Amino acid sequence: MAWQGEIRRIDDYRWEIPQDYKSGMKVPGLVYADSAMLDKIREEQSLEQVANVAFLPGIVGRSLAMPDIHWGYGFPIGGVAAMRVSDGVVSPGGVGYDINCGVRLLRTNLGEDEVRPKIQELINHLFNNVPSGLGSEGKIRIGQKEMDEVLASGAEWAVKKGYGTRQDLEVTEEQGCMKMADPGRVSERAKKRGMPQLGSLGSGNHFLEVQAVRRIYDRTAAAAMGITREGQVLMLIHTGSRGLGHQVCDDYLRIMGAAVRKYEIALPDRQLACAPVQSEEGRDYLAAMACAANYAWANRLCIAHWVRESFTNIFGKSVDEIGLEQVYDVAHNIAKIEEHSVDGKTLRLCVHRKGATRAFPAGRRGVPDRYSSIGQPVLIPGDMGRCSFIAVGTEKALQETFGSTCHGAGRLQSRGAARRGMRGSDVAHELAAKGIYVRTDDLESLAEEASYAYKDVAGVVGIAQGAGISRKIAMTEPLGVIKG
Amino acid sequence: MDHTADIGIVAYGNDLVTLFSNAAAGMLSLISKSGGHVYDVTRTISLEAEDNETLLIEWLNELLYIIYTEKLVLHGFDIVIDEGRLTAECAGQKLKQGGLVITREIKAATYHDLEITYKEGIYSAKIIFDI
Repeated sequence: MAWQGEIRRIDDYRWEIPQDYKSGMKVPGLVYADSAMLDKIREEQSLEQVANVAFLPGIVGRSLAMPDIHWGYGFPIGGVAAMRVSDGVVSPGGVGYDINCGVRLLRTNLGEDEVRPKIQELINHLFNNVPSGLGSEGKIRIGQKEMDEVLASGAEWAVKKGYGTRQDLEVTEEQGCMKMADPGRVSERAKKRGMPQLGSLGSGNHFLEVQAVRRIYDRTAAAAMGITREGQVLMLIHTGSRGLGHQVCDDYLRIMGAAVRKYEIALPDRQLACAPVQSEEGRDYLAAMACAANYAWANRLCIAHWVRESFTNIFGKSVDEIGLEQVYDVAHNIAKIEEHSVDGKTLRLCVHRKGATRAFPAGRRGVPDRYSSIGQPVLIPGDMGRCSFIAVGTEKALQETFGSTCHGAGRLQSRGAARRGMRGSDVAHELAAKGIYVRTDDLESLAEEASYAYKDVAGVVGIAQGAGISRKIAMTEPLGVIKG
Repeated sequence: MDHTADIGIVAYGNDLVTLFSNAAAGMLSLISKSGGHVYDVTRTISLEAEDNETLLIEWLNELLYIIYTEKLVLHGFDIVIDEGRLTAECAGQKLKQGGLVITREIKAATYHDLEITYKEGIYSAKIIFDI
């Protein structure tokens, strides 16, 4: 059923859902799309969700929708909403079940000419070296005490254990550790679910991808990231906090359900359940969410370690010789306490980014020193048959979207519809014909992640660029993929 | 039932107990494949919630939790629901036993658009799962 609500064109890339569209909206909605993309977005109910988010107490500016928006549960995926810390709310639904699902990019000195002849060997090695797939469990065995260390210190724990370096931390959002984490706020059930899965990719849309650079739009900024030429090989890792994050979200949705009644918060959808940021429930959720975010950063760093191991084994060179350095790691499902200027006033806000990437400009606090002159790298994966983008944050994003931009292609078709379109084995053959070698232990669900199930990420990134909320630096194409 | 990001089911029942049992069967059909049901492991599940919708989601998420932490799929149920309290005597089998495998990882049953309706003697509930 198509969405029939009211939406007004502001310019070629911006559309507003007026505040009076629904009684109870505290701010208008703002959707980043061109008219063709908007037609696709209107085919489902995600714009109603943008309007619903505008009901949440303490929301400032607008309820935002990035161009990769699609129908989520409660919040849309591709949604950004900022609430005042002083009197606003935090909502686990505004972060999602996969807390700190995110992307880590590694660069290499290798060229496509060296990697393509060995791509099958490399992907098969990675497939065996990085646990992936349904209910996958990691190779790391930790007890309760060490689990609490992971939750409290995130990627720092992984560095201490030899899975990464201090340099990796410097180019990770939050340096891979949110300090407000408190393992005491995470249930034993969540820890039990997460403990065996540390160091695993999982399934669904999670993946490892070996890519080659196809285009460089800004050579200076690309060089700052260690990306210097077309054909250069990069490695992208996409996963999150596994069962731990899912359980934290589930636990706190239940707690927030009670909080909604306690604080008499009127909501149009109970999946938007929330509590004041300053309440016990709100503080507890943020402390537990930070633990899950830390777990995800440790998880991606452990996986990066095995990726480095696989490259050194296949190419017979050291990590330094291959130049396997981390470019950046970004979260795209997270809530952060940040300061932003709203109507000329500096406010402390709880910024929810659900299926959206932080995109801070050059010079902003939180951007690593290495990128202080170009802005924070933004990693935007596409589907496994097309391309991905590396971009940077902008001043415009800071002004309009609390420093946020899109996070990926965004689904176009449901998983069921995608499965009806093609068989998984045919998708693998089609990718092979394009020179993309894919491995998965779940061939049937490969069709769910096929290109036709997603929007073209080039269109999504083009809209973000047109609107000025991120700026393209380079475009890559896949050589080999492991689909979890 | 299709949902762009996720997947959903509509469950029906002549009474709440059948609705809960059918919802669990529907969820299991989405995530597992088996050559035949075996009932050699038993568990008792006790839950409490302020309304039937919450109880339904907690019930499904409890079954998922047991699958992920114990690798145990419960698929035989004797459920009693009384004023927001659910007690279920459950039986099932360990994963990989008798060809039982997980074919899809569900993160959780969600509260999205959830409502248990009662019409013409039939209970129904639409449930969206995050995958």
